[in-house]
Amino acid sequence: MKLKQLSVFLENKPGRLRELCALLADNGINMITISLADTEQFGILRLIVSDCEAAKSLLEEKGFVAKITEVIAVEVSDEPGGLRDVLQVEEAAEISVEYMYAFTIKSGENAVLLFRFDDMDKAVTALQSAGFKVLDRVALFPNTEN
Amino acid sequence: MSGFVVENRIWDKAESLPRSDLQSLQSSRLRKTVEQVQRIPFYKQKFAEAGITPDKIRTLDDLQRLPFTTKADLREEYPLGMLAVDRKEVARYHGSSGTTGRPTMVAYTKNDLKTWSNLCARFLTAGGLLPEHSVQIAFGYGLFTGGFGLHYGVEHVGASVIPAAAGNTSKQLMLMKDMQVDALVCTPSYALTISEFILKNQIPREALNLKYAHFGGEPWTEDMRARIEDEMGILCFNNYGLSEVIGPGVSGECAVRDGMHISEDAFIVECIDPDTLEPVAPGEEGELVFTSLCKEAMPIIRYRTRDIASLNPEPCACGRTSIRMSRIKGRSDDMLIIKGVNIYPSQIEQALLRVEGTAPHYQIEVDRPDRKDIVSVKVEMTEESFSSSMKNMQELKERIEHAIQAITGLRMNIELVSPNSLERFTGKARHVIDRRKK
Repeated sequence: MKLKQLSVFLENKPGRLRELCALLADNGINMITISLADTEQFGILRLIVSDCEAAKSLLEEKGFVAKITEVIAVEVSDEPGGLRDVLQVEEAAEISVEYMYAFTIKSGENAVLLFRFDDMDKAVTALQSAGFKVLDRVALFPNTEN
Repeated sequence: MSGFVVENRIWDKAESLPRSDLQSLQSSRLRKTVEQVQRIPFYKQKFAEAGITPDKIRTLDDLQRLPFTTKADLREEYPLGMLAVDRKEVARYHGSSGTTGRPTMVAYTKNDLKTWSNLCARFLTAGGLLPEHSVQIAFGYGLFTGGFGLHYGVEHVGASVIPAAAGNTSKQLMLMKDMQVDALVCTPSYALTISEFILKNQIPREALNLKYAHFGGEPWTEDMRARIEDEMGILCFNNYGLSEVIGPGVSGECAVRDGMHISEDAFIVECIDPDTLEPVAPGEEGELVFTSLCKEAMPIIRYRTRDIASLNPEPCACGRTSIRMSRIKGRSDDMLIIKGVNIYPSQIEQALLRVEGTAPHYQIEVDRPDRKDIVSVKVEMTEESFSSSMKNMQELKERIEHAIQAITGLRMNIELVSPNSLERFTGKARHVIDRRKK
């Protein structure tokens, strides 16, 4: 029930992000969502893409450092309180969030929250037993084979 | 670490002369050298200015009355102002790398080349070379003295040479593997590049027959030795020399590996405070100064090397009686003065080698946008150390900051960069960009 996320190290150099986007675009890799955590000197780019392994090798060939990390995707309805409800469950289970980002699917009907928790397995169990829908790859990429 | 054990062998009996015999040999050779340099207008004039006639130099103590020779003097006398023989006596020319200006040319007579080969044979033997070994020389061949110096040294011992020259790492590995090379000769920076290649391509250690290596040409650290020995499973020996003095062969390590034995029958060494020019006490760091005793084409008097090291006169367990010099800590002209603190690039290297998750590749950039010095160190992280968690990355940065501060006493800005993004060096590494206006 965990989802593959691609994390990329971005040096603070002009054009580096564009270079990355062009590389993925030219190779037909779609980004579902993207998040950039930055400091003055470097950034960490986190991406959910249609083909994680292919994206990783493409980027590595061009000298990027990329790693595949697991995240949890939780679907909530796109209305006030969606994130709060998830966090309540995690807090009760004594799990903390390392980082998170979000996007909406199905024309704004639902939101998908992406989490990296300190204890991923425990998080999945807690969320599922509280009745949350934890998405897998197929739910996010209904049109792809793998 | 390597399972290879170096047997203690001494190539030349001059290496273990009793001190008193050595000193009388030095005195008589010094007198001869002082006579000889009278043929060089530069020295003739310097002696005259100092009011010294050659007959006034009788003992080793008199050496201190002689003037220093500097790099600037050699530049001034470019190309052959320092030649003491007729050009037809010259058998070979070499030159310094000329990284900071035009090269300084040096010349060798046939005898000088013999002396030089013999000096290289000494440290090579001390560090394990046997006539049945083959040695891959991955130093640049050309004006630079490293390639040819070691080449003739290896041949003089009777071993075989693979003159691979610097660069083309995949070919280096192919040769090393196919020829079952016993020993490698190069700069420590290049050894690091070779080691990276081995790890990246997962070349099994058994595929190579490499037992030991002789590194020189630039300063390096004990931590770097540990890293290379661990990664490559070999023993690494340090040697030292510079073209102005003769090239490699001025000094080198024995099996004890506690300092480099200086060939004192061929050179007199002094260690001075670069500011006061006064000698420092044994064990204290200072600038090394060499006077040649056996050179014909270009004898040199009290050459200020700019290399900072310390001398150890204590007898060594190997039986050689010569003074040993420490590693070169840095160069008095490479030394950065940052916020009034003396910093050598080697200290940064030492710090990085102590932090897990970084590669010992770095670049120091110094700037003074206003009135304060700002130092940034670009540090290559390893692929394994990259994490999607900002917290982990900040922690890595902080660990580097602390390690550098622990060694230099200064806080520097650490900029993490991708693996393999900094320049790789096949020869001398260049680690500092100083943009401050002097």
